Amino acid sequence: MIEMFRSPNFNFIGRRRWAYVISALMLVFGLTALAVKGLHYDIDFTGGTLVQIRFEQPPTVAAIRAGLSRVQLGESVIQQFGDPQEYIVRAPLSAGSSEELAKRVTAALGQETALGKFELRRVEFVGPQVGRDLQLQAIYAVLFGLAGILLYIAWAFKSLKGGVAAIAAVFHDMVFCLGALSITGRDFSLPVLAALLTIIGYSVNDTIVAYDRLRENRSKFSNKGKSFADQMNDAVNQTLSRTVLTALTVFLSTAILLVFGGKTLEDFAFVLFLGVITGTYSTIYIAGAIIVDWTQAIESRVGRRKKAVAKA
Amino acid sequence: MPRRLWVRAGIVVAVLAASIWYLYPPQKSINLGLDLQGGIHLMLGVEVDKYVASQTDRAAGDLKSGLERKGVGVKRVVREGLSTVVVELASATNWNDALTVAAEFGAFEVGQRDEKAGRFALAMRQRQVAQLRDDAVRQGVETIRNRVDQFGVAEPTITRQGDDRILIQLPGVQDPDRAKALIGKTALLEFRLLDEQTPVEQAVAGRVPETSELLYQRRIDKDTKAERKQPYVVQKRTLLTGAELTRAEVQADPNAPGNWQVAIEFTATGARIFGDVTEQNVGRHLAIILDGNLYSAPRINERIPGGRAVITGQFTVDEARDLAIVLRAGALPAPVTIMEERTVGPSLGADSIRQGIVAIVGSAVAVFIFMLLYYRLSGAIADLALVLNLIILLACMAAFGATLTLPGIAGIALTIGMAVDTNILIFERIREELRVGKTPRAAIDAGFHRALRTIIDTHLTVMVTAAILYNFGTGPVKGFAVSLFVGLAASLFTAYFFTRLLFDIVYMGRRRVQAISI
Repeated sequence: MIEMFRSPNFNFIGRRRWAYVISALMLVFGLTALAVKGLHYDIDFTGGTLVQIRFEQPPTVAAIRAGLSRVQLGESVIQQFGDPQEYIVRAPLSAGSSEELAKRVTAALGQETALGKFELRRVEFVGPQVGRDLQLQAIYAVLFGLAGILLYIAWAFKSLKGGVAAIAAVFHDMVFCLGALSITGRDFSLPVLAALLTIIGYSVNDTIVAYDRLRENRSKFSNKGKSFADQMNDAVNQTLSRTVLTALTVFLSTAILLVFGGKTLEDFAFVLFLGVITGTYSTIYIAGAIIVDWTQAIESRVGRRKKAVAKA
Repeated sequence: MPRRLWVRAGIVVAVLAASIWYLYPPQKSINLGLDLQGGIHLMLGVEVDKYVASQTDRAAGDLKSGLERKGVGVKRVVREGLSTVVVELASATNWNDALTVAAEFGAFEVGQRDEKAGRFALAMRQRQVAQLRDDAVRQGVETIRNRVDQFGVAEPTITRQGDDRILIQLPGVQDPDRAKALIGKTALLEFRLLDEQTPVEQAVAGRVPETSELLYQRRIDKDTKAERKQPYVVQKRTLLTGAELTRAEVQADPNAPGNWQVAIEFTATGARIFGDVTEQNVGRHLAIILDGNLYSAPRINERIPGGRAVITGQFTVDEARDLAIVLRAGALPAPVTIMEERTVGPSLGADSIRQGIVAIVGSAVAVFIFMLLYYRLSGAIADLALVLNLIILLACMAAFGATLTLPGIAGIALTIGMAVDTNILIFERIREELRVGKTPRAAIDAGFHRALRTIIDTHLTVMVTAAILYNFGTGPVKGFAVSLFVGLAASLFTAYFFTRLLFDIVYMGRRRVQAISI
């Protein structure tokens, strides 16, 4: 039998002060990236037009730009997409409607003889109203997703603290992933939103496995007299091999998605890839740590009050 | 023997059989999204307010002629805002007659009135406004469906979205520009007289009488491809519209070889009006206007009986064919604008499918090998469960008619990872139970039992997010949510029915079990 950990007993919770520093650094990284570089929203949210073009011969960006300079596209962005023959042109809303724009792009590129033959493979146009709607939907989806999880944990484990701690862990993961998205210059698009929501689900998944074990242990006799921090640490250790194994398999899946899934799924897979890692970390060091410190804070306050009562 | 082994085996076999039944043959059973098979996704916004305004205009016209028939002198009847008609009488003497006529317009109610000035306002009732808005979208959906059917698209989806939007999905359309032009055209065909009193130069300079407007005829020079715009002054009053059409056919234009024209035929009512109009206006010019563009303005030489006319305008055969389609299908009640468009060419879709399959097969193989190495026989059981999970997932999508999109494929790939988690949870639990010294059978029992609660909790939370994603997402993201949700449900089923069943068959049947291969 291959075993990764045989009855592990690492002192995870005991080292949580160090972890707080690491988590804080990750948060600072994410927030700084978001504040300095910001998120670059895809046309799904800003509105605009996207045209995907496949050339028969790999062109140069300069040639494409020269071709497109014949038409007024406003602040358009030209990007290679996947392999060297494939390019994407993004134009802002002010450049006009999709129909007309696609025609203008085709005509302009057709005149640039250096480019050779090409094919428009995808045209997407998102109007201002739809863009605003999608922005709102994105915010609602995240907020309701978080609220749903908070309520579920509060109900299933009769612990609002647990819910809040789990949400804090998810928040940490999201900030970190968004920061990484920003630093690597990737667009925030609908698929990225889907990936973020999956991370919410996934990160909470891990947290729940640990909580479940904690709840189960509390009814055991051997648990009597242990501090809450020790109980949490036991729960984390007992579920450790499962946590790591699952993270490994999901990690394998997303890594393959990242490598073979094609350019369209790349950003999606990228966010998931990071989310799996931070999700595993945050289960132990954010959800677990917060709930321990919170419980201890309450216990010591209750204790002080009891002492005060005893003195009086 | 463990309890109800046969019943559980029966359920698994039944589910598997149903899945295969739904999945066969796979090419037909699974709907591929537009991003995979190529096609057009269009979200149209219907300008419902314009419809309300045009209906108010019509009521204003009817009211004016109604008043004149009654002998009430009218200074002017005009629309104000979207749905209010303001009436100014020539004098206050016929005030009561005027109100009687106005009362016949049940959709309106008399608002502000000023008897001394002979002026009153009619406001459309709110319920009527709402009704009209609704009609505009409903008729729009009908008209577009008609057009698409005549255009010939296999399995189009045309549905209303919200208050004023229409979602159109046309799989496999090769020429998106043409399809969009066909769908988006209002196709309001009007016959109006030219205003021959007003010189064109004066109108171009901006001095147009209130009853007329300036319209243009667009001509494209065959050689230079340059567009020339010829201005015309046209009366605002519409004599006849395309609503009175019965037929529209494509013909070769006898006067211009290589060009095509559309021959139209009116209904009996239309033919009568057309006959009367031509009779009363011999010698004048009749403008044929489509969506505000003047196509031709031939001189009326004599009364035209029989209700036939032709629309000429340098059409190619495709243009003429599409024009005939939109004329037959009728005009959209209100103009539409494209709010969102996603067009994917068929070659891109094929690439996406290939990449998606590579990703899924790749992650499945990686996970399979990992599980086999780590858990041996139990890993093989988990792998079988994984296969069943995929089959059920795809069958459910086929059964519900759900659409498989590219993010949907991502959802499936992710489900593979998550489904394995379920088995890992169980196996780790069984190993733990073995470690504390339980017999193999007791360990299996306890492992499954204890893992159950956790598995339900983890699945439900992710399913909650998937459901929320489905509610707030659109198009592609919805596809992701669907496959994630269904995949998790299938994973719950396989873990508790299938994995357990195989464990029971392998370990619970024999007299003595020395060890579990886990």
